[in-house]
Amino acid sequence: MAIDIDTARKVAKLARIRVEEQDLPKLAGQLSGILGFMEELNEVDVTGVEPMVSVTPMRLKRRADVVTDGNIQAQVLKNAPDAREGFFAVPKVVE
Amino acid sequence: MSANTWTIAAARDALRKGEISAVDLTMSCLTAIDAGDALNAFVHKTPEIALEQARAADARLKAGDAPSMCGIPLGIKDLFCTRGVPSQAASNILRGFRPEYESTVTAKLFEAGAVMLGKLNMDEFAMGSSNETSCYGNAVNPWKVDDRLLTPGGSSGGSAAAVAADLCLGATGTDTGGSIRQPAAFTGIVGIKPTYGRVSRWGIVAFASSLDQAGPMTKSVRDAAIMLGAMAGHDPKDSTSADIPVPDFEAALTGDIRGKVIGIPKEYRMDGMPEEIEALWARGIEMMRDAGAEVRDISLPHTKYALPAYYVIAPAEASSNLARYDGVRYGHRAKLAAGDGITEMYEKTRAEGFGPEVQRRIMVGTYVLSAGFYDAYYNRARKVRALIKRDFETVFAEGVDAILTPATPSAAFGLGEMADADPVKMYLNDVFTVTVNLAGLPGISVPVGLDGQGLPLGLQLIGRPWQEAELLNYAHVLESRAGFVAKAEKWW
Repeated sequence: MAIDIDTARKVAKLARIRVEEQDLPKLAGQLSGILGFMEELNEVDVTGVEPMVSVTPMRLKRRADVVTDGNIQAQVLKNAPDAREGFFAVPKVVE
Repeated sequence: MSANTWTIAAARDALRKGEISAVDLTMSCLTAIDAGDALNAFVHKTPEIALEQARAADARLKAGDAPSMCGIPLGIKDLFCTRGVPSQAASNILRGFRPEYESTVTAKLFEAGAVMLGKLNMDEFAMGSSNETSCYGNAVNPWKVDDRLLTPGGSSGGSAAAVAADLCLGATGTDTGGSIRQPAAFTGIVGIKPTYGRVSRWGIVAFASSLDQAGPMTKSVRDAAIMLGAMAGHDPKDSTSADIPVPDFEAALTGDIRGKVIGIPKEYRMDGMPEEIEALWARGIEMMRDAGAEVRDISLPHTKYALPAYYVIAPAEASSNLARYDGVRYGHRAKLAAGDGITEMYEKTRAEGFGPEVQRRIMVGTYVLSAGFYDAYYNRARKVRALIKRDFETVFAEGVDAILTPATPSAAFGLGEMADADPVKMYLNDVFTVTVNLAGLPGISVPVGLDGQGLPLGLQLIGRPWQEAELLNYAHVLESRAGFVAKAEKWW
């Protein structure tokens, strides 16, 4: 399935990656190429096959529902590009 | 021979006998690293940490408390979080990130006494097959046969280059579609991707969580066995980590494979495969037969669909995993213009921070997961994945113990040669390795010979789930019979 420029723009928006208008045709072409390659999957008869969800059949382990760490605010914020008063700081979200 | 050229096994024995100190061994690697800048393998050097760890290892050796990895100098792929040391996944979006925690794998290696020399180059977020998507610029293959510089492969290209050039005794790698095995084959070293769940993924920057697995990259199969033993084991912090005992992998290297059944899958005989690869494979088959194994032709009918299935599933998982890079909690944040809100912050940050291949894969993943296409692409790919896994289960149930295939469709290619190629062409590098990740199986690449130009070529052995010990033994047989001793001639 070919990706047109509008679809490329929409995908970039969904992925939250800014793509300049002049770069959209090239992106659309590359995405079309990659998706074209995936079309081969349509040759496979998958009737009655369950989608694989787990690599190894295993039951996920459970642990006691208790707090195992905490009180590490400084460590959590250490790598933040902008941290103020013990919080992550971001541009205004609500008008 | 300078100590940095030793195998892990030889260094272990020399350290225990007191023939060398961990500090001297580490110094010989640090010297080689500084002389090896042209390879661009080490992108963050940590000599102070290395020497401190080496001194601690010497104390343990003296006290007689020295596990196999004690005092062994290693390189660590940049994908592993190491406390206080840059861990960037070769991406600009993690520039400046210094984790406050240690990945389980590196923590286990350090507990066993290993020494970290520094962080190794790789493809950005492990997405690439030539190390050319790295924000540090590409690593270079120490093998060189004309005036071209060659790729060490990817994504663990820095790890492969560093081990092949004797800058370290071993290195950690990770493998999502072939990222340990392909660079190992391109540089004439050994690399094993263990069974999914054998090694904890905790603290390793995630690419595609159902496919990622870490493993050792080493100069010999014995070294891979020793190092894997130190990396493997259950970890409560990774819910997919298997709670099963870790066998003594080194003890499994008996060299006896008489009566074992080695499968040769006809679907791996690709159209247009170079004759040299075909001939190498035939030699490998002969070696296994000569060692007393029964060689059997098998069929893995869905092989052809592994690459397209992988290139749906891996980007889908990546688009989800990489959503966390938003410029809020760590790493890069774009400079904002007046009036920019949070959406502009996300979009500008991610456009500046991610390279083109990573952006492409995130967008492919976003597309195949989007409403209306989820069933057509993502669910279909997961169904095909189930069929690929079933192919392997069928041959194992019929008595096949391991499968022998080529590791890569070619020898190392020149850096920049694929620059104008369609992205799909680069993806074809993974054609022999990607099935193993989709099925969650262990796979190992072993150097077996040189091509006509004098570049290394490898063969791959694929094992049953959780049978790395047996797999390493088959690999050991292949290695002994191939007698591959060639090294890259030093030009750097």
